[in-house]
Amino acid sequence: MGPQHPATHGVLRLKLVLDGEKVLDCEAVIGYLHRGIEKVVESQDYQQIPPHMDRIDYTAAVSNVLGYVEAVEKLMGVTVPPRAQYLRTLMTELNRLASHLIWLGTHALDIGAMTVFLYAFREREEILKVFEACFGARLTTHAFRIGGLAEDIPPGVLDKVREFTDYFPKRVAEYEQLLTGNRIWMNRTIGVGCISAEDAISFGLTGPSLRGSGVRWDMRRAKPYAAYADMDFEIPIGKNGDTFDRYLVRMEEMRQSNRIIRQALDRLPDGPVRAKVPKVIKPPAGEIYHAIEAPKGVLGYYIVSDGSSKPHRLRVRPPSYFNLAAIKKMIVGSLVADVVAVIGTLDIVLGEIDR
Amino acid sequence: MTLRQLLRKVFLIDFLEGFAITGPYTFKKVYTEQYPKVPAKVPPRFHGAPRLNVDPETGKTLCIACDLCAQACPIGLIEVQRERNAETKRWELKGYTYNAARCMFCNLCAEACPTNALELSQTFEYAVYDMKELYWDKAALEKGPTVVRFTK
Ligand code: SF4
Ligand code: SF4
Repeated sequence: MGPQHPATHGVLRLKLVLDGEKVLDCEAVIGYLHRGIEKVVESQDYQQIPPHMDRIDYTAAVSNVLGYVEAVEKLMGVTVPPRAQYLRTLMTELNRLASHLIWLGTHALDIGAMTVFLYAFREREEILKVFEACFGARLTTHAFRIGGLAEDIPPGVLDKVREFTDYFPKRVAEYEQLLTGNRIWMNRTIGVGCISAEDAISFGLTGPSLRGSGVRWDMRRAKPYAAYADMDFEIPIGKNGDTFDRYLVRMEEMRQSNRIIRQALDRLPDGPVRAKVPKVIKPPAGEIYHAIEAPKGVLGYYIVSDGSSKPHRLRVRPPSYFNLAAIKKMIVGSLVADVVAVIGTLDIVLGEIDR
Repeated sequence: MTLRQLLRKVFLIDFLEGFAITGPYTFKKVYTEQYPKVPAKVPPRFHGAPRLNVDPETGKTLCIACDLCAQACPIGLIEVQRERNAETKRWELKGYTYNAARCMFCNLCAEACPTNALELSQTFEYAVYDMKELYWDKAALEKGPTVVRFTK
């Protein structure tokens, strides 16, 4: 199956051993989208790297850049002004919504629910318009700079976001009404792609894929970054670790993200959006690991600095790579049609896996 | 299966619930944008085709040939050809090329420019048939791309 297949969400190839409709064995072949980003950035200045980070997980560019700039800031000991922290939180949560909406749309489309795809992309469009107004681009936003934001967000955008948060929970309820009780949806997802909590942990699953199995682990709570320490939100978990539970977890996460955005809007402090950082960024020699909760799971950056203006080594821990590792466990023994559902529920992005 | 579940199944309640959502959209405003027919509006901060600004009064370029944009670009697609004037000891701009085909519109170059000479404008409709046409020199950057509007 693949690498050119509409349901593999990118260029993923799966070697399947079948007995009729039954999957006996599965092996994921990756690397078709390898661009050598980790190597490329070794020849780039620190402030030139964020645009490359956008392109790791292109559905969640804002989160990627947040992880990177926070890692560099940690290495340099820069304190980011509170307004920038709040704006970062707000934008990252909006990005989480956008990423989850893509997941919802394509996952539902794979399983045969066309309408949800159109609705989800309509809401996503509103989020992308906010990004366009603030950062000048929709997908690869280059949202944050080391030390804060490039400039404050333009007037009027916050009102748009507030309006969006007002009607968004109603839209989530609409999706749920279309899917949650729908018998086709339930038959296609309940009991499909089960993974137990122990297995999920041993495979290194993170994000909604882990929480669907009932493990309450979220970087936003475990090691708060940006302004998450001030935010009040819940971490939804599932019970059975099947596709349906992961679906419910992500739907609830969208509501919680909406709450976080609301809180960030209400408490947004005034002040500068960028700390004073030197023109040429030269972190002290040393190494740092910083992880954030990207929409797909824990996204970590490991940077080794030799004191020059370019990193000696930059390693990305992409959530999708580890989530994909569990695919064999999840689909062996099920039917070919379920493979599509499992790929969808893992919410992988091949740009992130291959880098 | 409880009686409630059975009744839900027999009377196709779940499907009816779905129709209750999708049905009313027949009468709602259409959300889709009719892009080529109706030109798309982009916000002022949009990062589109690059432009070299000129002084509106004198018509002279604002660029002081400092080369900062070329150094800021992660890809290195900007080339500033310059020469030092022997008398005034200042850099003079001899030529400027911008390979718009490779640009990723990150805005780092425009942020580095001290005189706001280089700017990413709101134009985004500049598709061409030959990649060579995307090597823009100083004159092309000052003029901006020609937008060909969609006609039936
Ligand atoms: S926008 Fe970015 S990629 Fe394009 S020329 Fe400027 S710095 Fe280079
Ligand atoms: S940074 Fe601005 S002034 Fe300097 S060479 Fe580039 S366009 Fe000209």
